[in-house]
Amino acid sequence: MLDSLLSLLPQILFEGLLLGFVYAMIALGYTMVYGVLELINFAHSEIFMIGAVAGVEIFRSLSNIIHNGYLLLLVAIVVGGLVSGLVAIAMERFAYRPLRRRGTTNRLVPLITAVGVSFVLQDLVRLIEALWHNEFFLRMASVSDLEGSVTVLGIFIQYKSIVVIVVSLAMLAGLNLLVNKTRLGTAIRTVAQDMDTARLMGINPDRVVSSTFFIGGSLGGVAGVLFALQYTTISPYSGFLPGIKAFTAAVLGGIGNIPGAMVGGLVLGELETLAGTYLPTLTNGTIGTEYKDIIAFLVLILLLLFRPQGLLGQIVKEKV
Amino acid sequence: MTGSLKKMKTETALIAVCAADLVAFAALKVSPGFFAGIIGILALVMTGYLPVKLQAKLGSLAVLTLVFTLGFASKASGDIFFIGLIGILVVLIRTDRAPVWTKVLIGAAILLASIPFAGFKDTFLFELAIQIGIFAAMAMGLNVVVGMAGLLDMGYTAFFAIGAYTWGIFGSPQAHSFMAGHFPLNGNLMFLFMGLAVLATALTGIIIGLPALRLRGDYLAIVTLGLGEVIRVLANNMDHPVNITNGPQGITPVSRPDIGWFRSALSAIGVPLDARTDYQLFFYFLVLLVIGIVIVVNINLGKSKFGRAWVAIREDEIAARSMGIPMIKTKLYAFATGAAFSGAMGVIFAAQRTFVSPETFTMLQSTTILGMVVLGGMGSIEGAILGAASLTILNIDLLKGFSEYLNELKQGGTVIFGYHLSSLPSQLDPAKYERLVFGLVIIFMMIFRPTGLLPERRRKAEEAEDDDDIPEITETGKGGQS
Repeated sequence: MLDSLLSLLPQILFEGLLLGFVYAMIALGYTMVYGVLELINFAHSEIFMIGAVAGVEIFRSLSNIIHNGYLLLLVAIVVGGLVSGLVAIAMERFAYRPLRRRGTTNRLVPLITAVGVSFVLQDLVRLIEALWHNEFFLRMASVSDLEGSVTVLGIFIQYKSIVVIVVSLAMLAGLNLLVNKTRLGTAIRTVAQDMDTARLMGINPDRVVSSTFFIGGSLGGVAGVLFALQYTTISPYSGFLPGIKAFTAAVLGGIGNIPGAMVGGLVLGELETLAGTYLPTLTNGTIGTEYKDIIAFLVLILLLLFRPQGLLGQIVKEKV
Repeated sequence: MTGSLKKMKTETALIAVCAADLVAFAALKVSPGFFAGIIGILALVMTGYLPVKLQAKLGSLAVLTLVFTLGFASKASGDIFFIGLIGILVVLIRTDRAPVWTKVLIGAAILLASIPFAGFKDTFLFELAIQIGIFAAMAMGLNVVVGMAGLLDMGYTAFFAIGAYTWGIFGSPQAHSFMAGHFPLNGNLMFLFMGLAVLATALTGIIIGLPALRLRGDYLAIVTLGLGEVIRVLANNMDHPVNITNGPQGITPVSRPDIGWFRSALSAIGVPLDARTDYQLFFYFLVLLVIGIVIVVNINLGKSKFGRAWVAIREDEIAARSMGIPMIKTKLYAFATGAAFSGAMGVIFAAQRTFVSPETFTMLQSTTILGMVVLGGMGSIEGAILGAASLTILNIDLLKGFSEYLNELKQGGTVIFGYHLSSLPSQLDPAKYERLVFGLVIIFMMIFRPTGLLPERRRKAEEAEDDDDIPEITETGKGGQS
């Protein structure tokens, strides 16, 4: 029994890593927006979903023109990231900025707006897909040269899984460079620290906020394309669960903290995959795989009880 | 708009309102149906906004009540008259200086006579009224959490589900599958289970709230969102290894209370009931009664020490804490109270539908109730009722009606601007796009009118202090008396 469990372990850890990278990329969007605006952008799960849908559409419409799977994927990633980033900018411009302009002090107002935006985006995508293809449960077209696989050290690895990991690593590294080494990154960090002082220093906070939404949004969009590639079925409503889990990942790492979001995503991905595989075996099927969706929530509750600032976060005192 | 209306002479306004009422009556005589309903609603809007004297206003409301009630006799387009009646109730509530007895008289005529009359003519209207009632009670419960205490609860349906399953499991043969005993339990025990559900949901609220409420409000939102999802997953999967919830199939039939006494009481006053409408009428009255209790509890809570503490926390947490308000305890109290309302309504819902299934308790449902509170005005009791009525009618009546209309047009081969409607994709079904509608409602309310359609009186008082802008509806009558 124990042997068979252990022999599965490398494979499970690998699957967890894949899921973890996707969560990490979504979590970054939550954490960056939270960093600058102190807003939980509920609609970020829909930005992720839009990226996934854009990826599916690219595969659907271009797979007859571009025969190289990797090139096709590159196009899908670029388009998915751009579309999601632009939608995120539009969302900020039309829904959140009017609230900021009015200077509302009620914290519920932006939060509730975000819920509304999330709903509108879900049904807009559904509407577009209904008008376009008359269906809204989409399947990623499979391209043969991405479907191959190798077995390394007893781990079954699909080529597309390697792509997922490579692209995620590249994006995460790129984001780190952007935030820590460029002028825009400095501006983002400044606004996150203190928006009013940043304004005095000649930074236009609106521009910085827009850029933050674009960066977070396109990371989410790329994560969506990779998610669609790996898990193949997508609907306008499939952003919700990964979204709420990625948010948990962001809290796990310490919300507002960029390395924290990456760590949190990976930890949560591993936890979920481990629990999803081992719990049914250990309990003889009493606790089925379906319960893996609850794991993220349990983690969140325990975290809030014992370490609310997250793994890498610091306790922030509220200022009067 | 109201500025110019206020300058209008009282006499002109009176004539206009009288004329509108007459036209509505005439329209009803000529062609009872949708058209007459629209005219009636126009007359109602004029009554609400024009500066007529109080007596004239109340008179006009009474006349319109009659118009809308007579409209139901025509059978066709009952929903528009139903909306009219709800509108009268709203205007009535917002007419501050009306003597209590007139309010009670007109209100009772609508709630106890007109709507049951409509329900006998068209059972769908009964269903609609009961749904509105259940949602109104839940919206008022959520209003305590979101509106008064300023805590965002995004998984409110979770508590509704707990309530519904509490009675669903024991009020049906379902409980046989995991324990010995005589099931289903007697339907009259439903009332006992409402109490149990209140305890169960309040306890769940405390367990969930304790970790989340220690932190900033945003965390509560995401934790409750997760809770909603957890309850759904549990309801879907707790059919193995021990079958507790019967999984995705749901539980049916759930027993209802025995209503022999209700039937004989009504036939004694000359209202014969048939098997089609007896339970509808019973649940309608039951929901009315519960709403009455909820309103009284809500008003008293609002005035109590806790109510004032909630508002203080909502307005400024740090200031409230420095005034010595125990933060976690007070927040927990609000959270558990809201949860308890939802649990009690869940029991009624299970019995009324005789069916409980996980599909009912989705994130969409939670957000719909949130939308009701936001639309009506956070913290405002009458706002929560208005919000519940509008969104329920929009959801299960207007959107569905629009879908059916569109389908008829499609099948009839209608052409608009050279476009054949029959070539519209079949997935394009307006009734399926309630998220879009609710989402837009929420966004627009937040951007343009965050205090809601009927703002909380406390807020209105604050606004009136801030600048001399007179609040809209309540003050219109005053112009008439000067």
